[in-house]
Order: sequence, then C-alpha cells, then structure tokens
Amino acid sequence: MLLELRQVSKQYGMNTKALSDIDFSVKEGEFVSIIGPSGAGKSTLLRCINRMIEASNGEIIFDGANVLGSNKKELKMIRRKIGMIFQHYNLVNRLSVIENVLHGRLGYKSTIAGVLGLYQEEEKEQAVKLLQILGLEDQIYKRADQLSGGQKQRVGIARALIQSPKMLLCDEPIASLDPNASKIIMDHLRSISTKMGITILINLHQVEVALKYSDRIIGVNQGRVVYNGSPDDLTEEQIHNIYGSEVGELILDLGGKHAG
Amino acid sequence: MEMDESFKPISLEARNSMKSSHPGKMIKVKTITKETIVIQLTMIILAISTLYGFFTFDYKDIVFIESVVSALQSVKIMLFEPHLQHFTFGEAIFQVMVTLGLAFLTTLFGAVIALFLGLLAARNLSTRFVSNLIKGCVAFIRAVPTVLWVLIFSVAAGLGSVAAVIGMTFHSVGYLIKAFSEAFEELDKGVIEALRASGANWWQIVFQAVLPSCVTYLISWTFLRFEINFAVAVGMGAAAGAGGIGYDMFMASGFYFDLREVGLITYFILAFAIVLEILAGRIKRKLKSR
Amino acid sequence: MQGDLFAKKRRDSLVFFALLIAITCVSIVITKYDVEKGFTSIPKAISWAFSNFYPNEKSLEKLPDILLKLKETVLISVAAASVASLFALLFAIFGSETTGINGFMRKITRGIATLFRNIDVSAWAMILLFSFGQSALTGYFALFFGSFGFLTRAFTEAIDEISSSSVEALQATGASYFAIIFQSVIPTCLPQIISWVLFMIETNIRSATLVGILTGTGIGFAFNLYYKNLNYHTASLVVIVVVVAIMIIENLSNYIRRVIL
Repeated sequence: MLLELRQVSKQYGMNTKALSDIDFSVKEGEFVSIIGPSGAGKSTLLRCINRMIEASNGEIIFDGANVLGSNKKELKMIRRKIGMIFQHYNLVNRLSVIENVLHGRLGYKSTIAGVLGLYQEEEKEQAVKLLQILGLEDQIYKRADQLSGGQKQRVGIARALIQSPKMLLCDEPIASLDPNASKIIMDHLRSISTKMGITILINLHQVEVALKYSDRIIGVNQGRVVYNGSPDDLTEEQIHNIYGSEVGELILDLGGKHAG
Repeated sequence: MEMDESFKPISLEARNSMKSSHPGKMIKVKTITKETIVIQLTMIILAISTLYGFFTFDYKDIVFIESVVSALQSVKIMLFEPHLQHFTFGEAIFQVMVTLGLAFLTTLFGAVIALFLGLLAARNLSTRFVSNLIKGCVAFIRAVPTVLWVLIFSVAAGLGSVAAVIGMTFHSVGYLIKAFSEAFEELDKGVIEALRASGANWWQIVFQAVLPSCVTYLISWTFLRFEINFAVAVGMGAAAGAGGIGYDMFMASGFYFDLREVGLITYFILAFAIVLEILAGRIKRKLKSR
Repeated sequence: MQGDLFAKKRRDSLVFFALLIAITCVSIVITKYDVEKGFTSIPKAISWAFSNFYPNEKSLEKLPDILLKLKETVLISVAAASVASLFALLFAIFGSETTGINGFMRKITRGIATLFRNIDVSAWAMILLFSFGQSALTGYFALFFGSFGFLTRAFTEAIDEISSSSVEALQATGASYFAIIFQSVIPTCLPQIISWVLFMIETNIRSATLVGILTGTGIGFAFNLYYKNLNYHTASLVVIVVVVAIMIIENLSNYIRRVIL
C-alpha cells in the first residue's frame, strides 16, 4: 500500500466536523477518484494527506512514513514525493512558464539555492522535456498569465511531475475548464498513471468523468466515506446515497448512459 | 496523446552534480521584458536617490547616535510618564472634539461638492469635455499640499477654523471626486441604457439608478476620508492655527518643551484614530456583506 | 409589505439626515466656524490671489534657492519611502495571514504597524523635534514612520490578496519558507509594492511641506519664510514649484504603473 488513512477526522471549532473517521488505502499506480457534493469535505480530505490542513485525529501512512507524526524535515521529504494540482492552478502569474515548472524542484533545494532560484541544467532540461510532453514547447518563455486555463493546468501538472513524485493529489483540476481542455487534462493524468506508474488521487465533481477514467471510486458525503469500490459496481442507489436523492437524480439523467 | 517513454525521474547523481550534461548549452530561465526592465530601473533609481540623499542631507550639528539615544529616551518618557500640565483632562477631550469637528465639517462639505462634481466627472454620465476639465482641475487641486491651501486661504479669512476647513475641503473634494467618479464609471452600462431607453432624463437616472447602486462605495470612501481628515486636522491645528488638539500638541512640543504632555496628547490622538480605523473597517465590512 | 419597506426606508433616511444636521451644528459651534465668513471668504480669497499671489520678476531670483530646497525635500521623501518599504515588507510578511509564522507574531507585527499608522506625520514631527532639532533627520524620521505604518498595511493586503494561491502550491512541493517568500510572494507582489512606494513618495512630498513648516526644513520652511514676511510673490513661486514637482512625479508613476501592473 502506498497510502493508508485510518480513522482520520478533522474538526473546525467545537462542533463542525469536516471529516469523520475516514478509512481507505491506495495501491501504487492506482487511479482513484473521490466524488461527492460540494462541501462534502473532498478538498479538506486531500489537503490532510500532505498536511496543508492539519487533521485532528487519526493516522496517515504514506510510503511507509507516518505523515501526521513527522517533524518539519520529514514532512518536507514527504511533500516532495507528493505532487499537488489545484483547481485554480496556483501559478505565480508574473513569472515565466519554465520558472513556474522549476518551482517543483524547490523542495529538493537548500534555502539559499531556493531563495536565489538557482537551478541545475539537468533540472532545466527536465522542465523543457516535461513541457514538450505536455504540448507546451512554444509557451516556455511566456508569462503564466498569458496562457489559457487548460495550458495553465498543464503547467501545474509539469510543476508536480518535476518533483519526481510517487503520487499526485489533484483538487478539482478540471472544475474551471471547458470540456475540450478538461479532456486533455484527464487524458494526460490517465497516461501519467499508466505509463509512469504514478499514483493519482483526484477530487472530481463530474461523476461521468470519474467513471470513465478511474480504477476505483471513493464517494464522500458529509465528511464520511459512503462508497469505496470499482466504478463498475457503482449503482444508481449508491449515487443517490453519495449526492442526496435530488441531485443524484439529475446526475443520472445527465450521465445516465452508465448506470442504466 | 503521446507520452514520452524516455521520461525518467531526475537521478540522484544528476541532482548532486552541478555540471550539465550538455556543457555550453545553457537553458535560460529568466526572461527580459519591458516590464522587468522598468521594475529594475525604478528600484535602482530609488536606491541611488536614497543613498545620494543620505550623503547630502543637511544634518546641522546632529550627532546621529546621540540623537537616537535621546530619541529613545524621550519616547520612553512619553510612553511611560505622560501627564497634563497646561490644561485639564476635560479640556483635552474637548480639544479632540474640536479636531473631530473640523474633520467632520471638511468631510461633509467635501462629500456634498464631490458628489455633484463627481457625477459630472464620470465619463458615462457626462460629456468628454466636462469630464476632462474637472479631472484636470482635480489633479491640480490634489498637487497643492493641504497646508498650503489653508495658509493661502488664511490670508483672506484670517487664521482660524474658517481658513482651515475651506483649505482642507479643497483636498477632500479632489480626493473624493476621483474616488466617486471612478465608482460611477464602474456602473453597469446596461442599467443606464435601460433607463434611458425608457425615457428617463439625466436626473432620474442619477437618483434612481446611479446613486442607489453606488451608495455603499460613496459611504465607505467618505468615511475613509473622514479618517484621513482627522489626521490632517491635527496637522493643521499645529501648522496653521486651526485650533484643536493639534495646536495643543504644537504648544507642548515647540513652546513648553513638555515631553510628558506630548506623550499624553499622542495617546489621545492614537486612541481616537484607532477607534476611527476600527469603525471604518466595520462600515466597510457591513456594506460589503449587504 | 411594500408600503412598509418604503416607509422604513424613508424613516431611516430621515434619522440619518437629522443626525447629520445635529452633528454639523455641534461641529460648527465647537470649532467656532463662522458660516457667513465661510461663504464670503471664498470670493475674497480668489480676488486676493489674482491680485497678489503670482510670481513676479523679483521673486524669480529666488528660484535657484527654492529648487535647492525642493531637491532636499524630494530626496527626503524618496529616502523615507524607500527605506520604510524594506521594513514594511518584512513586517508585512510576518504579519500576513498567508506568510505569517504564527498567530502571536502576526498580532505583534500588526499591532506595531497600527501604532505607527495612526500617529500622523505631523505628530511624529513634533515628537522628533525634541531629539533631532531643526535638521533634515526630523523630517526624514517623521516621514519614515508614517510611510512605514501605511506601507505595512498596504503590503499585507497585497500579499494576502494576490499570493496566497501560489504560496499554497509551493508549500505543497515542500519548498522552504524563505524559498516560498523569494520565489512566490516577492515576484507576485513586486509590481504592487513598487506602485505603493511611488504613491508614498507623492504623499511624502505633500506631507514634507507640512513637516517643513513645523520643523523649519526644506521646501515647507521656504514657503513659511516668504509667507510670514508677506512676500507673496515668492511664496506663490514655491507653490508652483511644488505643484510642478508633484505632477511630474505623478505622471512618471502613472507611466511606470501602466507598464508594470
């Protein structure tokens, strides 16, 4: 197992529970989608894994290391093995594309080298190669804010891949993109998983996309895991269970080809 | 969808060696654009001017270290041993009220005048000529420091609250016209068009569409200006005989040389200024949430 | 229901305007503001300005002297804003929600900034007069403290508004604190920072005039000197010089802003 969550909970204040007793594990190379209504705690769950948000209780094991019990230095080692991709890309808009990609190497650098932005030639070559793979070879020296949404997200992917990660955490990577760009991003993520063997844990709110690309689906509702299994076994009833009956109906109507 | 099979994670050896596998062919990372040049040039010019300034300032006979030590000592006295010698606590409160009153009158006059001129200065509600004319005047008004407006007016009106309020109003008007007209210009074009299409005249458009949709901005800018005017009124009391707590501070500092009294007055001003800042923040948040 | 809404609106406005009028009356009384004189003095001031307040040939002789004072004032304003911006950046980084180290440090730095921001430049001048006397340093430090307070708040807001997302991304890569600051926060905020520093320089030149009058330095002192000696022609020349200087700097700043923002 690459990643294991045991009884993970997150509590805000006295009585707002964002996550309660989350239990699941992810195998190496697996493509796992987390689906659920907005506000179900999908983002919080993802961020607890690399401790962008501190979980209140439970245990998280990543690649043999205890995430929640690790100190600052150990956390840095864990984080650089986990790439993260965001809904709003989270690029430094004023810097060039290649500089943004190279930011993925900062976890490997001493403070001084990081502050001065000193990168080795290998790293730069790697960045260029990744950008070529992702079809951005003409955009290398453009400013990040001159790109389209889909291109920005590919820069985000390149930044995550240059970390040489074992796993990617993707937080709604296609929620701000049009269908065409979404397909390109999802295809890239799928082939990263298949060809590079990198594990992918992805938050999605489109059920049909999750069904099409994933090896496994985890359904979350109100901070609890309510489904955990293969996309083929996801029944109509379970979709209702995840999304609540009304929204569930709508989703089935839209992407009904599967469940019917 | 071609995924390059040759992709391999960066090896540990490569990471540790500083040498490139292709010596001579460096990949550059930084890009040079007009923007980066202007940014760097600006920073260099500011740095050079600062250094040049420090070398040429007229320091008189000040010994720097000695003065800093004495400044720290006087701050200590001001902070920890404040007292009132030349007037009572009640008088001090009253003088702060006078300063607040000056700020209030200035803000009120400024807001009323700026409301009308702001409408005329907004591109979408006025003609290009009138708008440019007002904006040009505003740029001039804002360029003259407030204290000079007050002193110029005091020749005709005599030193006192009249000259202070009118002189300060100039600057408030300039500031608020700019803020108001920009708020009006951000108004949705469609709203004005819809009303115009229904046959509404200019006044009707202003009172039924423009003012209701901008009123929150107008109030929060006006209050912000009130906060600024309080600070300005302190300065005018000191430099232009407008009265209020600023004048008392000027007397305590430049006439009686009473550090402890300056300390107490500073506490007074600080307390009121912070209250105003908190109020301004509250108003801003309340208006935003609406 | 409809009627209620309108009645309530009308009542609220009525209360608001009644309050406004009451405060106005109180203000007029306590500040001893003479309403009639307020109106009559405007035409009087205008006619006085047209007949007295313009530079004549004799006053032009003083121009080199005035320009020298102007140079000192501009340099003090630039130096105060530039040095203050460095300190303000440090405080803003430690005080921002995005990059602050912990809640305690955030509170402390924010408290210090609030303190400095809410003491006006003129008050600083009067405080500093004790130690630095009538030297350039009084004006410099007064402007420095004022700039520091203002810029800290401006920078903090800039950091929180525009760099929080990329800070999150770099934290997730395992980058160290200072690497995040220099690779993400500073590059994203630099144009905003420069824009605020330029704004601060303009403001400082205006405040420097007031500080100069209080402390007897720079262009403010020059104005006060001619003004008190009733040499209005030369005093008007000082005003014109200040206005021209501020307008030049404002246009230059606007040009820079257009390019970098």
